[in-house]
Amino acid sequence: MADQLNDTLLIAEQWQAQGRALALATVIDTWGSAPRPVGSHLIIDSEGNFEGSVSGGCVEGAVVFEAVEAIETGKPKVLEFGVADETAWEVGLSCGGRIRIYVEPVTA
Amino acid sequence: MQVQILQQIAQARQSRTAVAVVTDIQSGDQTLYHPDGLPADELGAEIDRRLRSGKSGIVNPDENELFIQVHVPSPRLVIIGAVHISQALVPMAQACGFDVTVIDPRTAFATPERFPNVDLLADWPQEVLQTRPLDSYTALVAVTHDPKIDDLPLQDALKEKCFYIGALGSRKTHGKRAVRFAENDIDATALAAIHAPIGLDIGAANPAEIAVSIMAEIVETLRRGDQR
Repeated sequence: MADQLNDTLLIAEQWQAQGRALALATVIDTWGSAPRPVGSHLIIDSEGNFEGSVSGGCVEGAVVFEAVEAIETGKPKVLEFGVADETAWEVGLSCGGRIRIYVEPVTA
Repeated sequence: MQVQILQQIAQARQSRTAVAVVTDIQSGDQTLYHPDGLPADELGAEIDRRLRSGKSGIVNPDENELFIQVHVPSPRLVIIGAVHISQALVPMAQACGFDVTVIDPRTAFATPERFPNVDLLADWPQEVLQTRPLDSYTALVAVTHDPKIDDLPLQDALKEKCFYIGALGSRKTHGKRAVRFAENDIDATALAAIHAPIGLDIGAANPAEIAVSIMAEIVETLRRGDQR
């Protein structure tokens, strides 16, 4: 069953219709006590505005940064966050879980 | 993601049909599949399983990694009976992400004043359900206490396999319901799909608390399946 997850995609569609350049971030894998389930979305525009969530607010900042870059390069990428994941992003999940996030530009 | 795929997902949501999007994590290639257009291979079988369970996830983790995301219709709640319990239940269900419809042919009950901000129909349920059929992504709650109003939509919900079916009333009331349903060739096994008495047993003592117990039971059934 779906829930509010899908609403993020409806917002994505509205933003797209307004001509905004967008990237979509999706939780594709989780281990341990991840805050948001697989399939959760965050939609980001080139100005860094965002809607939705891929964690409990722990890593969204880093995801937004990577998403804005993905809009510029036009290339998708996979991000991984875990507890005390200092090397990569200096942000982690305080809940002790690990998540992988797929970030892709929305293309015409 | 291509805008076209985004639009197709939105359309599927509008028409209450399920779709799956398969992403090749390395290349970024994406394909959208409808349930009746799945490939006849292992991937097609995996997509089919995931459409049924509603669970998105990674396949082929060691080789060509694919992410299958299923988009299934948002859950719907149809409430038969514009009663006091329903007034409390509507905002709770909406907060949980349900699309809610309230149906009651008694115009004194089904007033916009009592039910603002919800899809309200002052009509007989069997007439409404002809044009707006129930489905397996829908929960049906019958709370009028009146067999004339409750019985037919309950029978329809059993036929359409609503994921949750609940009916207000004591065990005695449900016993009488069982007798009436048996006359319509609905046996005890089929009848067991109806949660009656409705709601989790939390000692609910007023309409709002009963609404909590109903909502909790709907969420439990949605997330854990029917374990009875």
